[in-house]
Amino acid sequence: MTTTTNKKGPNIRAIVIISVAVALNLLVAFQMARWSYSWFPPQASSAAPYVDDLFALETGIGSFLWFGLTGVIGWTLLFNRAPKYDESYGEPIEGNNRLEITWTVIPTVIVFAIAIYSMQVNDKLEALGPKHKYAIGSDPVAVAAVDPRATVGPIDVIARQWSWEFIYPDGVRSSELHLPINQRVNFRLISEDVNHSFYVPAFRLKQDIIPGSVISYSLTPTREGRFRLRDAMFSGAYFSNNQTDVIVESPESFSSWLKTTAKKPLQPGLSPGSELYAKRLATGDKGWATVPPAPAPMVNDPGDASIPHDA
Amino acid sequence: MTSTNFDPRILKAPHPVPGAPDNWKRFLSFNTDAKVIGIQYIATSLLFLLVGGLLAMIVRGELITPPADLVDPTVYNGLYTMHGTVMLFLFLFPVLNGLNNLLIPTMIGAPDMAFPRLNAAAFWLVPVFAVLLMGSFFIPGGPAQAGWWSYPPISIQNPLGHFINGEQIWLLAVALSGISSIFGAINFVTTIIRMRAPGMGFFKMPLYCWTAWGAQTIQLIGLPALTGGAIMLLFDLSFGTSFFRPEGGGDPVLYQHFFWFYSHPAVYVMVLPVFGIFSEVFTCYARKPLFGYKFVALASFGIVFLSLIVWVHHMFYTGTPNWMRILFMFTTMTIAVPTGVKVFAWVATLWGGKLRLTTPMLFCLGGLLNFIFAGITGVMLGTVPIDIHVGNTYFVVAHFHYVIFNAIVLGVFAAVYHWFPKFTGHMYYEGLGKLHFVLTFVGCTLNWLPLHWAGLLGMPRRVASYDPEFAIWNVIASIGAFMLGVAAIPFILNMVSSWARGPKSPPNPWGAIGLEWLLPSPPPAENFEDDVPTVINNPYGYGLCQSQVVDEEYYIQRAKEA
Repeated sequence: MTTTTNKKGPNIRAIVIISVAVALNLLVAFQMARWSYSWFPPQASSAAPYVDDLFALETGIGSFLWFGLTGVIGWTLLFNRAPKYDESYGEPIEGNNRLEITWTVIPTVIVFAIAIYSMQVNDKLEALGPKHKYAIGSDPVAVAAVDPRATVGPIDVIARQWSWEFIYPDGVRSSELHLPINQRVNFRLISEDVNHSFYVPAFRLKQDIIPGSVISYSLTPTREGRFRLRDAMFSGAYFSNNQTDVIVESPESFSSWLKTTAKKPLQPGLSPGSELYAKRLATGDKGWATVPPAPAPMVNDPGDASIPHDA
Repeated sequence: MTSTNFDPRILKAPHPVPGAPDNWKRFLSFNTDAKVIGIQYIATSLLFLLVGGLLAMIVRGELITPPADLVDPTVYNGLYTMHGTVMLFLFLFPVLNGLNNLLIPTMIGAPDMAFPRLNAAAFWLVPVFAVLLMGSFFIPGGPAQAGWWSYPPISIQNPLGHFINGEQIWLLAVALSGISSIFGAINFVTTIIRMRAPGMGFFKMPLYCWTAWGAQTIQLIGLPALTGGAIMLLFDLSFGTSFFRPEGGGDPVLYQHFFWFYSHPAVYVMVLPVFGIFSEVFTCYARKPLFGYKFVALASFGIVFLSLIVWVHHMFYTGTPNWMRILFMFTTMTIAVPTGVKVFAWVATLWGGKLRLTTPMLFCLGGLLNFIFAGITGVMLGTVPIDIHVGNTYFVVAHFHYVIFNAIVLGVFAAVYHWFPKFTGHMYYEGLGKLHFVLTFVGCTLNWLPLHWAGLLGMPRRVASYDPEFAIWNVIASIGAFMLGVAAIPFILNMVSSWARGPKSPPNPWGAIGLEWLLPSPPPAENFEDDVPTVINNPYGYGLCQSQVVDEEYYIQRAKEA
């Protein structure tokens, strides 16, 4: 389609085709943006809607670009193919400075707009607090900063190879993380062996846990249910099993859970790595080298890995 | 081909000239001819593409069902670690260095590289660290299992406590690979700056040379950081230092800075030459000049500069403070601009062309489509809040395979086909090439498109087992991966049979413009020897009815008669 170059006056046909194509593309991009909300787990924290909105916006812009560019390439594939034995050349256009400036300036504006919007969304997440280094072996809690706006916590999240332990302010220990709905919770993320990551997909939040540092982290759950907490930073042999559940419940059930759990005796909690490692030893210790799992944490509520999760 | 074409110096040289009877032996020797080294690199790396692909298929075999039931999780960790390592250090870097060796001297009219012995030394380091890496499969405890990032403290845990262990060998191999790449980079940059044909100013240089120049500049700036980081990690692992060991007061996050300061730009080391390949191939088979040559050329160095200041986007959730996240989000987003300039220029080049859908053109078109897609998910990953959710999930795995396989490797295949007749002297079989393309394109789309959704739903990367809700995406992905394995068959068949008995190639089978196409196929040992053409016009003058060099007819005639 090089018909526009040598004609005087507007090329009505080209304008109509381009307008229809752009309108169609806008429609498709808008639908993709709406559709993108269904690609996520349910929104279970105050951060989730912001993240999903930002993703929908970027899906929309991205879809517009994708379908626009592939549309143009597809058009050339349909209408600009050289017939067999045609050895001729295309029209030797070497460039166009106005076009170059356009496709430099417009993308710059778009990416900066996205970046500024993302910066605002990032401010709204309000999740990451200060990180303090401490000497391993000393008490990490002594150096941790506490989020003054949090009404629950600080809950100590201790990640190990390969288990999770949650210690509540009143000393209750659990293998599953119970949280009251719609209250801001503060965590102190601690690891004494390797890097781990505190990742709850339904919350859209992730923070690595770095040995030798204690990181203050806060979030507000907004939906009741049982959500998966996954270690997202590779942590060795049984990394994929280093998962547990977050149970978001009403404030009443949360406080009754705290009360009943406090009375329970300490017992070994969830430690999926230990079971698998025991099985490996029983079958002749085949495979490549691994450190042995840390002993199962002693907790009041050992949790139940057999209950299905919502997301 | 008669020996009168050669300078007597070359006839006295220790290596046999092409066409000499014991010709094939030069590929197994310490040969200093860039074209021999280029083929050595490419053949070695394609062999390791098979090894890396085999490892990937075991990984995908494990992931076709939710539980870890095919291999032990420790074996799985070792396999995916070695898959990444082999693909990067034994396939991609060597194959691109091979293309550099073949293309840079011939494209700029140089007789050889600036430092031929250094060049051969750089190549021969590859088999050395290849043997080290492959050998690490067989030592007690198995190979490295910490992922190709090799983040401490997991990488320095050394479960068996042996002094010699998989991780140590891995670190030595990476350091050797770094040294080899630095040798190569010194050579390529010097050659491009110092040895261009008369009249070939920088703005008359083919884009492949621009992008290779940019890529190798990154190697020179970035590699010392990675090599330094690897050596510090080796000391932590083997000699008890505490650079990154938290028990001794070290900081594990510091290693991540060393690692990503090089390893993010490393992506551009790989993708920039492919941008060059796109520019060569699209112009040749669309029969049009490159749209906005100068902008596309300069955008390469825009990308080089920006690639050096974005590395923290790999660490948004790893313990970096908020201000750093925001700063690096902005730099990351800007890199879309020069990349966009290139993409728009290619699309404009295709527009109104006379497209010939040969195998290299198909691979480049497929690669471009995938690259646009990867660019869009890349911008998504560059924004902090989305990265916090999808970082370290399969969304990232899908994104970077879209860049590295679906765009870069497709571009590499395009280059192999496009320049195959030039450097082997034989035509490849178009039908097998197209079959290879279809299997590759369908396979790679099936393999990595679905995994974006697995990542959005929260499936972490590097897992050996996963929750059943992710099964559907993984089944499709595994089918795609096995299809890519099948795609290797027509490729190998094509390469081997074409080289052995393919029809003889004329000097310029594609009607392409560029100095390399003025040489006979295959080019003689010192390319143009003492008769280097003088360049008078821009590259990519398709349809402009102009000569690229003085006395073009003489060179065309000479190449035909050779």
